[in-house]
Amino acid sequence: MSKLNRNSNGYIFGYAIILTLVCGTLLAFVSEGLKDRQKAAVLVEKQKFILKAGLGANSLDGLSGQQITELYDKVVKVDMVNSKGEKVDADEAKLSIFKEYKKKDVTTRSLPVYVVGKKGNPTEVESYVLPTYGNGLWDNVWAYIAIDGDAETIEGIVFDHKGETPGLGARITDAEIQNRFVNKKLAYSDNAIDAPDFQKGEGTNYDDEPQKVDGMSGATITGVGVNDMLDAYMTLYRPYLVSKKK
Amino acid sequence: MSTEVVEKVEVKKEKEALLSKKRKALLTNPMDSDNPITIQVLGICSALAVTIALEGTLIMALAVMFVLVLANVVISALRNTIPNRIRIIVQLVVVATLVATVDQVLRAFAYEQSKALSVFVGLIITNCIIMGRLEAFALGNKPWDSFLDGIGNALGYGWIIIAIAFVRELFGAGKLLGFQVLDKAWYTANGFFATPAAACIILGVIIWIMRARSGYVED
Repeated sequence: MSKLNRNSNGYIFGYAIILTLVCGTLLAFVSEGLKDRQKAAVLVEKQKFILKAGLGANSLDGLSGQQITELYDKVVKVDMVNSKGEKVDADEAKLSIFKEYKKKDVTTRSLPVYVVGKKGNPTEVESYVLPTYGNGLWDNVWAYIAIDGDAETIEGIVFDHKGETPGLGARITDAEIQNRFVNKKLAYSDNAIDAPDFQKGEGTNYDDEPQKVDGMSGATITGVGVNDMLDAYMTLYRPYLVSKKK
Repeated sequence: MSTEVVEKVEVKKEKEALLSKKRKALLTNPMDSDNPITIQVLGICSALAVTIALEGTLIMALAVMFVLVLANVVISALRNTIPNRIRIIVQLVVVATLVATVDQVLRAFAYEQSKALSVFVGLIITNCIIMGRLEAFALGNKPWDSFLDGIGNALGYGWIIIAIAFVRELFGAGKLLGFQVLDKAWYTANGFFATPAAACIILGVIIWIMRARSGYVED
């Protein structure tokens, strides 16, 4: 080593190239080796959201990833529809809600409906879980909203977000906030559906008002984003929900 | 502070015990009198950002330990071959490779936590403690000493952020590791503790106590 001039340009270039190759190769192996597991983790999370919305916030307590997938396979069936309520031919497994959301022409969007069956009797419908996507304050927010078999009452909702403020907008992921939507109702009108809305301010009791949800103090814009998202998507799902209305 | 240690270990000629007194000091000093956060004031950003709950903080502490220890050992092993003019870049490449590995592993095995920690795992690359130890220690010392120095500093960093997270989760949510410990019936979670400002104040108090105890004063 001592004979080499460690400050020559040749040595430095050679060193940099070898180091880059070694590190790059290592990372490529790590990334490839973990790819399947990472994909599985994302899938389990989606299944978890759908089941939590459809069967209740505590329905998955103590279940492992594999058990969640088994339960999902047992009770969930997928309908693919469009904004007219017609069945469409699309592969749910390859569908990205985000990509569909980006389509400007809403009539071309494929809309998945996760029909969640009862735990004991999967053929009987427990709820329809509908994925939605929208904008919060800083970045995208999304939700899985579970509508009861009557196509009107909200059974549960699970929110997630990309970059809302911790302690403020990010509270939409708290069970306590999500529970505020339970038993609220969708309001049908001629061409739209009005979903329950977060109100301004926090701490008011809206138990007797099925269209209003107690807001999040300090996170009004996130709340408005969520309201817009739910209204827009419930309206898209309107024809499907109407067809299921009893 | 750390440069004194560098010289002492470097002049040592005869074979040293695996855990000699000086080597033990490599482990214990960063926990107390040479703590990277409270004395050297490094790694503050992540101490404020990731300490909202204990679970994520523990994972962050482990991730930093993994990166710091391995980077220390690798750079120390390569120290006689690294061209001086690009040594910072070489350190960065090694650290970045390790951090990217940690990020990938978390995504595969602890997806929820990796989402909660979000960019802060990637930002371990810029954690001053890591580059600081590589520059001040690993470049001038043998791999075993660098290994101990890495463990010591990671523990020194880890216990501080865990202490902050303990206070923040306890008072900010009434929980510890996700379990409700303060009954909601009589304890209303204090939202202030959920904000980074609370971390700043708790950290200030810890620094105050530690410096009052050791008598350390900034030059």
